[in-house]
Amino acid sequence: MTATQSNVFLALQTNDETRPIIEAIEADNPHAVVHRYPAMVKIDAPGRLVLKRQTVEEITGVEWELQSFHVNLISLSGNIDETEDELVLAWRQ
Amino acid sequence: MTDKTTAAAAPKKLSLKAKYAQLTRGLGWETTYQPPDKVFPQTHFEGIKIHDWEKWEDPFRLTMDAYWKYQAEKEKKLYAIIDAFQQNNGHLNVSDGRYVNTVKLFLTGISPEEYSAHRMFAMLGRNFAGVGPQIAAQMQSIDELRHAQTQIHTISQYNKYFNGMHDFRHMHDRVWYLSVPKSYFEDAMTAGPFEGIVAISFSFEYVLTNLIFMPFMSAAAYNGDMATVTFGFSAQSDESRHMTLGIECIKFLLEQDPGNVPIIQRWIDKWFWRGYRLLTLVSMMMDFMVPKKVMSWKEAWDMYFVQNGGALFRDLERYGLRMPKYWEQTVVAADRLSCEAWNTFYNYAAAANFNPWCPTAEDMDWMSQKYPGTFDKYYRPRFEHYRELEKQGKRFYNTTLPMLCQTCQIPLVFSEPDDPTQTCYRESDYNGMKYHFCSDGCKDIFDHEPEKYVQAWLPVHQIYQGNCFKPGTDPTAKDFNPLAAVLEYYNFGPGDNMDYAGSPDETNWLKWKGLAKSGPLKMAS
Repeated sequence: MTATQSNVFLALQTNDETRPIIEAIEADNPHAVVHRYPAMVKIDAPGRLVLKRQTVEEITGVEWELQSFHVNLISLSGNIDETEDELVLAWRQ
Repeated sequence: MTDKTTAAAAPKKLSLKAKYAQLTRGLGWETTYQPPDKVFPQTHFEGIKIHDWEKWEDPFRLTMDAYWKYQAEKEKKLYAIIDAFQQNNGHLNVSDGRYVNTVKLFLTGISPEEYSAHRMFAMLGRNFAGVGPQIAAQMQSIDELRHAQTQIHTISQYNKYFNGMHDFRHMHDRVWYLSVPKSYFEDAMTAGPFEGIVAISFSFEYVLTNLIFMPFMSAAAYNGDMATVTFGFSAQSDESRHMTLGIECIKFLLEQDPGNVPIIQRWIDKWFWRGYRLLTLVSMMMDFMVPKKVMSWKEAWDMYFVQNGGALFRDLERYGLRMPKYWEQTVVAADRLSCEAWNTFYNYAAAANFNPWCPTAEDMDWMSQKYPGTFDKYYRPRFEHYRELEKQGKRFYNTTLPMLCQTCQIPLVFSEPDDPTQTCYRESDYNGMKYHFCSDGCKDIFDHEPEKYVQAWLPVHQIYQGNCFKPGTDPTAKDFNPLAAVLEYYNFGPGDNMDYAGSPDETNWLKWKGLAKSGPLKMAS
């Protein structure tokens, strides 16, 4: 899969808590495409998508626990790897 | 109890990885009175080989403290909104009274399956021999119970004002079309633990549930249904964890033994097809039942199955897996599925616990735009014909009970993959009896396990055998009306079934919204 790399995606509720998360994803993943649906934001990215705790904290200026994104998570795809610092979604092909 | 696997020099605060390792490597039950094989007897008979349960990893590394903390937060958010919804007559803010029919379908067709999933994952938590999957299955069991409870609680507000929901559990076990989701989950629950988890966690949760929860919940939001969006998204936040369990369990099973691959491929073929058939109900919710539409079934199928599912299966190719058998048929049928389904419910309006309708001119124009290749050619003429008959006071009802598929239990209403004008039907002979199927996929499933599927409780057969009447009913009575007797057995009351036009729901809706057909509601009447 070189010509057409499969997308991974992350879908979050549209609300105040996810606004800085989405902003952080956009900053760390220039290749990502953000789709806004009623009540829902779906972010597609070819191959890999990362959400970094530090970027969210820089945007909001407060400490943020990465696992708390589960509260507003709607769906995702790709192989998942999560630590306290980042969540990575990726296809391996 | 190996100390080696836990963090060596414990830092002040354990990392996620270390916390998860403590939870899943230190808390295992090491049997002493009996060998493990006797304690976990169900892990052998399906032919799956597991060499090392320790290889199971939850990539979210969710520990109990985090689980309860975030679940509590989700519940608080959900109940704050349910309170506001009820206090503010939220049911009056939906786009149109017709919309509530999707909620009826959800409560009777989906919520009871959340409960089935709760039961199933409790069993999986007991039957798996590894601590990682035991914990993941137990968390999911609790999640599914939460989903059933919050859905019933939330929808109870609608039940106060609309028909069709009052006996949802009773109906779920009796009403003809509800045997489709019911038998689907019973099939999974009565399989072995590995097939069960491949069926529900992977084939359903990972590959297919996005189709229910993403476009439908987004449509609920678009139609002003604050309550459904809220419980839907609250459930879906758990669902992401369930999906992760699905993909991790597949990778774990495939990596454990090459002999597992063909067994798993067969299960994926089976459960993809079973799940796809189940989603027929969702296709008509999206295309016909939500008054304000977000996306078509075909668009959703393309986005979530063809593209996303395609990416998933390309990723799994390295293990020797391929796309589920007959997936191409689902793409061809995406242009027809919702029309074939809605036509069926329009035909059998008497026997469903919601109020169908003939699509409006506006609805049909939307369908023409979304399905340029098929709607005007095959389906518009039919719906326009129905509308013409309605105008003449000759509304068409199908009073002949349909033949059901022995596997998915849906009537044989689907068309041939290569010809939308021909009904698709297949049959198999087994022990001198003939069995009927809606598709190649359903026939294959039966042919592989006939002993299981010959036992299916098919609603139409049961009605003809006289098993769907209340005790004391006398079918030999002179004025016996079988349909009325079956509806009585379903606990249907006035307004639960039949057309939306002229239904008590429509009358009430128009009155509450000041839209009564005779003009604005007269306040002093």
